[in-house]
Amino acid sequence: MAPARYVGELIFSLARYLGDLALLAAETIRGIFHGQVRPRLVVQQIYEVGFRSQLVVLITGAFTGAVFATQTYFQFHRLQMDTAVGPVVSVSMFRELGPVLCGLMVAGRVGAAMSAEIGTMKVTEQLDALRALAVHPVDYLVIPRFLAMLVSMPLLVAECIGVGILAAYLLTTQVLGVSEAYYLHNMLHFTGGRDVAMGLIKGMVFGVVIVFVSCHQGLVAREGAVGVGRATTEAVVNGSLCILVVNFFLTMTLNIFFPAGK
Amino acid sequence: MTEHAHPREIIAVENLVQTIGGQEILRGFSLKVYEGETLVLLGRSGGGKSVFLRHLIGLMQPVSGTVKVDNRSISGLRERELADVRRGMGMLFQNGALFDSMSVADNVAFPLRERGETNEAIVTSKVAEALQMVDLHGHQAKMPVNLSGGMRKRVALARALINQPRCMLYDEPTAGLDPIVADSIDVLIRRLQRKLGVTSIVVTHDMKSTFAIADHVALLHEGRCYFYGTCDQLRASTDPVIRDFVEGRSHEQP
Repeated sequence: MAPARYVGELIFSLARYLGDLALLAAETIRGIFHGQVRPRLVVQQIYEVGFRSQLVVLITGAFTGAVFATQTYFQFHRLQMDTAVGPVVSVSMFRELGPVLCGLMVAGRVGAAMSAEIGTMKVTEQLDALRALAVHPVDYLVIPRFLAMLVSMPLLVAECIGVGILAAYLLTTQVLGVSEAYYLHNMLHFTGGRDVAMGLIKGMVFGVVIVFVSCHQGLVAREGAVGVGRATTEAVVNGSLCILVVNFFLTMTLNIFFPAGK
Repeated sequence: MTEHAHPREIIAVENLVQTIGGQEILRGFSLKVYEGETLVLLGRSGGGKSVFLRHLIGLMQPVSGTVKVDNRSISGLRERELADVRRGMGMLFQNGALFDSMSVADNVAFPLRERGETNEAIVTSKVAEALQMVDLHGHQAKMPVNLSGGMRKRVALARALINQPRCMLYDEPTAGLDPIVADSIDVLIRRLQRKLGVTSIVVTHDMKSTFAIADHVALLHEGRCYFYGTCDQLRASTDPVIRDFVEGRSHEQP
């Protein structure tokens, strides 16, 4: 009986959590349709979440591309398929590695900051002060972050993919001695707009996931500093897990519209 | 009771019940506040005074009972529907609740900008005027973290007053302040009432402050309104609960 009860409670709390996220998303959309967009805050958030995340994302992309190219080369070299490294790295970076790794890094950097900031505001009554001043906390805090992520995430993912492919190209052609012309030809031949679209759509969806998970953790934070710490940890863990789970379903769905290969 | 001398009820609370963490904090609390008066709500720490105050501006929704502001029930209203009610009210939180990412000037200017004031010259002049009123002119550039407790409260007061609310809610406005700053807050509350006709509801357990500012006093005891009357009626009461509170007696032996 005990395991069944445990599973039941787990399912119930998961359903409630997803319901809370859906309500937050609905309130955000409602706020946008009510014209509660503050352009100054959106620009400020684009700077915070987009511009300032670039270094983390570029390093992630570059080293992922480089190490993936190296491992692929070691395997393909035995089969005399050296020039196939280009398309494998390129397609993988566009369709999976770029958006997922960029999403995980942003969930760590930006998600933690969002939940900590909003959580601190919650436990120090600043959210109540906003409400008392007739300002909806979702309008003031969540909408600018949501819009900033919609703009920033695809660009960050594009940067991550771009720098990953560049690092792989340089390593494979300049260090491992693969022909530049064949590498580029094969890469461009097997990589198409469908791969680019998949990467950017995934990036945008992951951005939305990060915003709602992190802001929700901040908005429900309790019990002072301990509560804010817990909210921050949960924002990063839940955000990362959600990205991995959502990625699976997105891959299956998007593959219908943007099938891999020609 | 002097209700008939007052023109109009601005706030009417009936049978308010609120439970927090399984404990019933308010057990059918009823109270009326009249336009232009200063009502002081007394009660022991942890007795539910702040919880009551939060219901008046819709920050909490009652388990049962009704809260009416200007004859309109605000119980059960959604967050966005409460905005109109809140625009006519101001609230001073116990610790100020200043936005710690903004300077003093930006904190005070916040309500103005949120209501669409884009002329920065007007904003600057109104902020200076509001800070002058709380005796903090010249501190515009400071951040909240660099302010003392008293200064934080006065900045929060300037922020709450800048849009000239008709009704002000004060949560322990003089708690933790030195007697001189506490007196200046009392004087300010009185001045706002006299000059601008602001209705004030003050939650406190500071008896000196109570006698300095109150038109009416209510005592919250065990979740209900135990006493309602004027300062003179409070002083004259022989009820042991009221006497203990007014004279600060715990009956504990040293």
